[in-house]
Amino acid sequence: MLEWLQKPWPWYVAGPLIGLMVPLLLLIGNKTLGISSSLRHVCAACLPARIPFFRYDWKKEIWNLFFVTGVLGGGFLAATFLGNPEPIAVHEKLLTELQGYGITDHSSMMPVELFNWPALATIRGCILMIVGGFLVGFGTRYAGGCTSGHSIMGLSNLQPGSLVATICFMAGGFIMANLILPFILQL
Amino acid sequence: MSAPIQETNTDFETRSLDAVCVNSSELTHPWWFNLKYLATGLLFGIILTKAEVISWFRIQEMFRLQSFHMFGVIGSAVAVGALSVFIIKKFDIRTIYGEKIDLHDRPFNKGQIIGGLMFGFGWAMTGACPGPLFAQIGTGATVVIATLFSAIAGTWVYGSVREKLPH
Repeated sequence: MLEWLQKPWPWYVAGPLIGLMVPLLLLIGNKTLGISSSLRHVCAACLPARIPFFRYDWKKEIWNLFFVTGVLGGGFLAATFLGNPEPIAVHEKLLTELQGYGITDHSSMMPVELFNWPALATIRGCILMIVGGFLVGFGTRYAGGCTSGHSIMGLSNLQPGSLVATICFMAGGFIMANLILPFILQL
Repeated sequence: MSAPIQETNTDFETRSLDAVCVNSSELTHPWWFNLKYLATGLLFGIILTKAEVISWFRIQEMFRLQSFHMFGVIGSAVAVGALSVFIIKKFDIRTIYGEKIDLHDRPFNKGQIIGGLMFGFGWAMTGACPGPLFAQIGTGATVVIATLFSAIAGTWVYGSVREKLPH
């Protein structure tokens, strides 16, 4: 049992479980699944700076901060007690492509050669982590949600706006990964 | 008389653009009721991690069409989510406190295109959408804290220039 849990979970197990988060949150407290709003609540709580967008009673939404703290803890529990000792299985073609940029280590979820503290001081690392992070925060709020709020929750509720957002998330990802990222990884 | 905190942004029109819980419950509970969301989050974090959707490699494979995994995860999650929402609406299922579950519409706006593309770029760069950012930190990739802070900064900058952007 434990051995099975430690292996990466196939999509047909993980996907439906993620989908069940939608009714679970609705039933236990009338909450709609969404993660990116937590970033807004942090702004509203820490640095509202008279910006109307952050002037609301964030304490009403504090459930969301409990939720993301749980997600962080869940990552810890999964890595500590259900960790997979094997390296991450990566597609041949991707491995070859990444080798060309000197990225060979796929022992953990994140390529450690790209994502580490000293790398923050390099142009490549700074673009990937700092610019990338900024785009995630700015983009999700501009779009009004992220993969959970739009792609899972919104699509589950058959919302046309969420479909547009999901298509654009994917389009942006395709453009970045195939057309722009190769130049960044060369740096 | 002290004026209540002015909530300049609670009008539905503005809030409906966001994933902020517009159907916030009218009930008031002691703070520790929120622990159930901590538990739900723990579960969500474990699933995200074990599904490897928090892996930069999986995200790259998805955007290069080298693996079906991510599409399978998202697709089956939506199928199960949609079926659940359908059942909840059809049978008017209530919350455990007997409250009516109300879901609000997410009408189209331009931000979903421009912001959506921006987020797509960031997703392919960092290998993380907001949920996985938290989970990645949990797995011990501490440098992702920097990415998370940058994402919070991005949200803040959006809030400060929001009025000037097309919506």
